[in-house]
Amino acid sequence: MLASILASGLAVGAVYALIGITYNTMFATSRVMSFTAGQLGMLGGVFGSLFILKLGLPSILGLLLMLAACALIGVMTEIVAVRPVLKSLEQHLYVLTTLAVALLIQQFTAIQWGTEPQPFPRLFAIGSGVWDEKYWLPVVICAVTIIGLEYLYRRTLVGRAFVAIAEDNFAARALGLPERNLRIASYALAGAIGGLAGFAGGQLLLAFFANGPLLNFYGFIPVALGGLGNNRGAVIGGLALGLFQQAANFWVGGIFSSVAVFTLFIIVLLAAPQGLFGAAASRRV
Amino acid sequence: MSATTSEATGIEAAGGRRFAALLPFLALLAIGLVIPFVGNEYWVLIATRIAIYWVLISGLNLVVGYAGQLAIGYVALFTLGAYTTSVLAAGNATPPVPAFAALGIAGLAGAVFGVVVGLPALRLRTFYFAISTLGFATIVTQIALAWQDVTGGGIGLPGPTLPEPFDTVTGLLYLCLAFAAFSTWITANIARSRFGRALVAVRDADVAAEATGISKPRLLVLVFILAGALAAVAGGLFASLQTYITPDAFTFELSLLFFIAVLIGGRGSILGPLLGTIILTVLPEIAAPLAAWSTFLYAALLLVIVLAMPGGIAALLDFRNRKPLPPGRAIAPRPDAVRTLVAHRATPDILSLRGIVLSFGGVRAIDGLDLEVRPGQIHGLIGPNGSGKTTTLNVISGYYRPETGSMMLGGHTLAAGRTTDRAAHGIARTFQTPRLIGEASVLENVMIGGTIEGRATFLEALLSLPRHRREERVMEQRARLALAAVGLDGVTEVRADRLQHSELRFMEIARALMQRPAFLLLDEPAAGLSAEEIRRLAALIRAVSAGGTGVLLVEHHADLIFDICDHVTVLNLGRILAAGTPGEIRVHKEVVSAYLGA
Repeated sequence: MLASILASGLAVGAVYALIGITYNTMFATSRVMSFTAGQLGMLGGVFGSLFILKLGLPSILGLLLMLAACALIGVMTEIVAVRPVLKSLEQHLYVLTTLAVALLIQQFTAIQWGTEPQPFPRLFAIGSGVWDEKYWLPVVICAVTIIGLEYLYRRTLVGRAFVAIAEDNFAARALGLPERNLRIASYALAGAIGGLAGFAGGQLLLAFFANGPLLNFYGFIPVALGGLGNNRGAVIGGLALGLFQQAANFWVGGIFSSVAVFTLFIIVLLAAPQGLFGAAASRRV
Repeated sequence: MSATTSEATGIEAAGGRRFAALLPFLALLAIGLVIPFVGNEYWVLIATRIAIYWVLISGLNLVVGYAGQLAIGYVALFTLGAYTTSVLAAGNATPPVPAFAALGIAGLAGAVFGVVVGLPALRLRTFYFAISTLGFATIVTQIALAWQDVTGGGIGLPGPTLPEPFDTVTGLLYLCLAFAAFSTWITANIARSRFGRALVAVRDADVAAEATGISKPRLLVLVFILAGALAAVAGGLFASLQTYITPDAFTFELSLLFFIAVLIGGRGSILGPLLGTIILTVLPEIAAPLAAWSTFLYAALLLVIVLAMPGGIAALLDFRNRKPLPPGRAIAPRPDAVRTLVAHRATPDILSLRGIVLSFGGVRAIDGLDLEVRPGQIHGLIGPNGSGKTTTLNVISGYYRPETGSMMLGGHTLAAGRTTDRAAHGIARTFQTPRLIGEASVLENVMIGGTIEGRATFLEALLSLPRHRREERVMEQRARLALAAVGLDGVTEVRADRLQHSELRFMEIARALMQRPAFLLLDEPAAGLSAEEIRRLAALIRAVSAGGTGVLLVEHHADLIFDICDHVTVLNLGRILAAGTPGEIRVHKEVVSAYLGA
């Protein structure tokens, strides 16, 4: 029992953490939080099921196609919903534009893919019980993603340029960094990570058009708690949220567990609006 | 003499405009009333639904359109109202309650939960608030599903049956139209009151709003109560229209319809969102194949509106602000009007700062500053860039909290870091870059200065009771006087973002004068003005101080400073380099070498 709470908690927690990282990756280069993060997760599941199960492609090809498609949607988000409103960031128009794009994606999926949850393929058929693939796969993919990102940010030039832009956009531009191209690249990267989240959790969440808002909400909680742009906070927050949710699920029942999660989220944020590991707000006058 | 006649015609014209503004609402109401006689039952149902949605959206409009809070999950309160009414009327949890009483109780529940849903907005930033309302919307539906013995779970329960004569299709339509008309009236009352102006100020110029004493949390809570109650009542009416409700009826798509109707309508308008509601409800009905794509369509509309016409329908209908402004208009302040405006606020109190220290990181922006501003005196604060002039103003108005040191006004201590109580102490200010409410008229911008003097309660404003109307008239007259004093009486009705930079500077001064301040802090008021305008500004500031107001003037124009100041303090690197009369400062050796130049 404890083992199954741990297994499912860590699995959904890893998915939430990946969505949290998706939020952060987009935020880092644009200071924008996008409602499309959750939809990318939804698409990861739908594309995975479409390519591998419906079209019968090999898993690895399906994965690569899914990553490419989600990266493309990330770039499209940047062009349609982010770039036009960057000039007046303080008006928070991005909340509306990204919400609109997220809804377009969701409704298009609902109409083209259907409104019923559809199965997601088993990829390796390794493990059973609490060691089932659907539990360990998200955790492994989350770990691989984090290692990959750390390598990118610390060891590669492009990654360092991302960090520079996240740290100080103006200074980075003054140094001659191609800010716009890097932003597009980061949205492509975010798209791929978001898709990966849905792909990793596909066997748990299924290929279902309505997963988007759910992932939006549960993926945002670790970001809010861990502090914006803080990937370490997002991972810790995501895993903690997954465990808390599954434990509450088990003890008080599914519906009241989401009430518990929501209440906790609001209380923590009201107590610490910057998140538990976040930085203080900037000067206003 | 000429001033009184122009005021009178101004008010008369305003009355005529108010009637003209009322016409579209009356026309829409008339259409609603005749629908049962000309249309079939299907159209009566649609009209009823529009009326019900509008009851909710009229309240949401204050939250989204006026206060700028992105509440995307208002279906939560709609659901709450529908279930509360139905459960009480059916007697699932209590003895059965008469339908109208149940509706009233639902309204109260909506008011309470309106605040609960809104609470995060008091501390959280926009996206956080949007997400938290989204979370709330999903949870309410889940509770409705789970709490089977009360809500009937997925099977649902019957909606309340209203007593005669509202139990027929036409009867219900007329009831809903009455509710819709009433909510239009009360929300329009709030929108036009000092509460409505303050909401827009909080949305577009929160820093300036604080300086005029507007407390955002109190204001938002009042609006959340109203919007929550309206949303829940709308939900109750909806349950009655549906005759049977299940959680499926309250989708997130419905929430989007509410939210997008406000944005399509345009911020800060009542008619726009009403038209938005009608369009969004009718559109999928007249084009049946669109029904499946309706949410897709709403989303596309939202994107187009935000990117292509941020003003929404309201901006299309705003013919008045499309007329070109008179070219070559001049700002002609009337110092005599200043005297009538501020004269009786004179106090003997002195505003004094002692040993103020404030650092940003490792930089000491203010390093042990002592300063005294006396009533009726113009005190100049000059110094090179980065010497701490504006920072000093920000410490006085509470935006920065100094590490050590104290501020006194008369016998009272000014609490450090409390921005919203400065207006009550009689301290008003302007900003280096004018902080304006671009979408409000110049007159409304200036009336913001009078917000804290309002005594009529939210409820009195809601119902437009006599005390509220009297206050509004007084405020408007005083704002017109303030605008005449600074010389902007030719552009009172113009939207503020259409003014030139120099006019905005004078508008900010008018807003500060509206407070009839004991102390006026001016942050580089002459920046960007022409020589002639600076001369007029000088006369204006003199008139203000002659009325007994103490003026603290931060400026780079040395001529202006030496021309009008009674006392000058020179700052350098956060410390006082010199202080004295303009004559002494002008010949002070260090000042000349550090700042003025030989």
